[in-house]
Amino acid sequence: MGLLKYIARRLFFLVFLVIGVSLVVFVISHSVPSDPVLANLSQRNIDNPEMVEAFKAKWGMDKPLYTQYFIYVGNLVQGDLGTSIRTQRPVLDDLKDYFPATIELAIFSIIIAIVFGMLFGIISAIKRNSAMDQLIRGISVLGVSVPSFWLGLMFLLLFYVHFGIAPGPGRISPYLKPPVEVTHLYVIDALLAGNWSLARDALWHLLLPGLVLGSFTMGLITRTTRSSLLEVMSLDFIRTARAKGLTEKMIIMRHALGNALIPVVTVIGIGFGNLLGGMVLVETIFAWPGIGQYAYKAAGNLDFPAIIGVSILISINYVVINLLVDILYGILDPRVRYH
Amino acid sequence: MLLRIMKNNFLFSIGIIVCSLWIVIALMAPLITPYSYLAQDLAHRFQAPSSLHWFGTDSIGRDVFSRVLMGSRISLIAGLATIILASIVGMIYGGIAGYIGGLADEIMMRISEMVMAFPGIILAMTIAAALGPSLYNTLLAMVIIWWPNYARVMRSMVIANKENEYVEAAKSLGASHFRIFFNEILPNSVGPVLVLATLDFGNAILLFSGLSFLGLGSPPPTPEWGAMVADGVLNFNYWWIGTFPGLAILTMAVGTNFIGDSLRDFLDPRLRKEL
Repeated sequence: MGLLKYIARRLFFLVFLVIGVSLVVFVISHSVPSDPVLANLSQRNIDNPEMVEAFKAKWGMDKPLYTQYFIYVGNLVQGDLGTSIRTQRPVLDDLKDYFPATIELAIFSIIIAIVFGMLFGIISAIKRNSAMDQLIRGISVLGVSVPSFWLGLMFLLLFYVHFGIAPGPGRISPYLKPPVEVTHLYVIDALLAGNWSLARDALWHLLLPGLVLGSFTMGLITRTTRSSLLEVMSLDFIRTARAKGLTEKMIIMRHALGNALIPVVTVIGIGFGNLLGGMVLVETIFAWPGIGQYAYKAAGNLDFPAIIGVSILISINYVVINLLVDILYGILDPRVRYH
Repeated sequence: MLLRIMKNNFLFSIGIIVCSLWIVIALMAPLITPYSYLAQDLAHRFQAPSSLHWFGTDSIGRDVFSRVLMGSRISLIAGLATIILASIVGMIYGGIAGYIGGLADEIMMRISEMVMAFPGIILAMTIAAALGPSLYNTLLAMVIIWWPNYARVMRSMVIANKENEYVEAAKSLGASHFRIFFNEILPNSVGPVLVLATLDFGNAILLFSGLSFLGLGSPPPTPEWGAMVADGVLNFNYWWIGTFPGLAILTMAVGTNFIGDSLRDFLDPRLRKEL
């Protein structure tokens, strides 16, 4: 019962989060000198007072701020996020179009980050203070220190331009047609359609942006796995296991690893949140048609309905993923009690 | 202590050396740049790295090497300003929440969680785009998304410290809340926040360069590393324009993270003995 109550409480927080996030962007959007009118109308239309009035009336900008906000929340409750000023389409439709690309890239990167991060971390801890340990620690620090937008540029220059072995920007090669959309994740859709070459092409296109996006989280996971495993290895029950005469491999696999991975799960949650934020930069470099690019263009045009939409979507994701992580945490560690 | 740690820890030593180097470069930049960072030379644009221009020249013939050196100043200042301002805001906010406790604490912490759940870079982008791109607006945006971490740490420290006997003693002597908070609790709580802020320095530089890459820092002629990488993306066929400023960001971030990583190990008593 404790767990259900806990989940309910956390989901209840989501409601406030959505209200808070939309309110923050709303306040910013209306308390600043910049003007969406200037950002979205041509110079000739700005000089025409009637056009400006019509534009403001269309977007509800002629009403007082709190009225605008209540109208917005009223629509939000009905699942209407408003219309994007830039694309002239409902924000919800835009998000539906752009989000799958982002999710596909995010899932791919987090898998890379988890697999390599844990592997590196375990090796590093086992061979503590060896040259291998120093090398891996160096790599993990590089991972959290490298600016993703620059790494993306370097990868494209090296593997696409210079060696010609990696595909260029985008989700699939320009001469291929996207798969029939079921999950909207190209790799999976192509596999469902039995189109192997298309699936391979899509996967191939994920590789560079996935590596770039995952580098930070990988570094984080490596570091956490290492220090957590080292900490567990110094505990009494490991000494007991050693006294029993178990091999070092058995001790790590059977006794240490399970306990050491608990903090790693938390970091994965943080890493995923970071990933969604990092999307803006990586998608810009790789011309990846996801919400990061969408948000970037929206911010440049002061397209506030779109910005609020993206922000709500990402913060909900962040909260839900952290909730999942917390639940997983409780399953892995029976000592945890929810309250 | 510094020398003793350096002797035993290779990565830490590298971090110290790299960071010291960047600080010296930042301080001496105008004296050691071979060209003015603003001087255009349209006859010699897109020159590949050579003995004349070590890092080549950009699309309007400016010397990339000189611009990278000058750029160190802005990056260091931006990183420092962000962590200092954000930790001050976080300490005050978290300190008040922890000291008052109860409902006020609950509400204040929910607000900080909200800011944390907010996609930071999008919030910063929105603020910077709305206020207009400038160094100050970008810094303001960074502080706004950066403080909650410090607030949370500060709050837990204050909650732990306010039960101490010396606080009790101050209370019984009739000290005001203001005095108890600033004289007794604050000095005993800031340590972990300051450590966290130091470890964050590299991340602050990374976020700043990311925003600058998106065109949200100072307007053009200013030599910001992120903006220079963006210039390299625009001039894709001339690899040196983006490569070197990016290397500068990388080395500065790596240097601070090497130090931070080793300090974390050193400060964690469970891992300390073998450092």
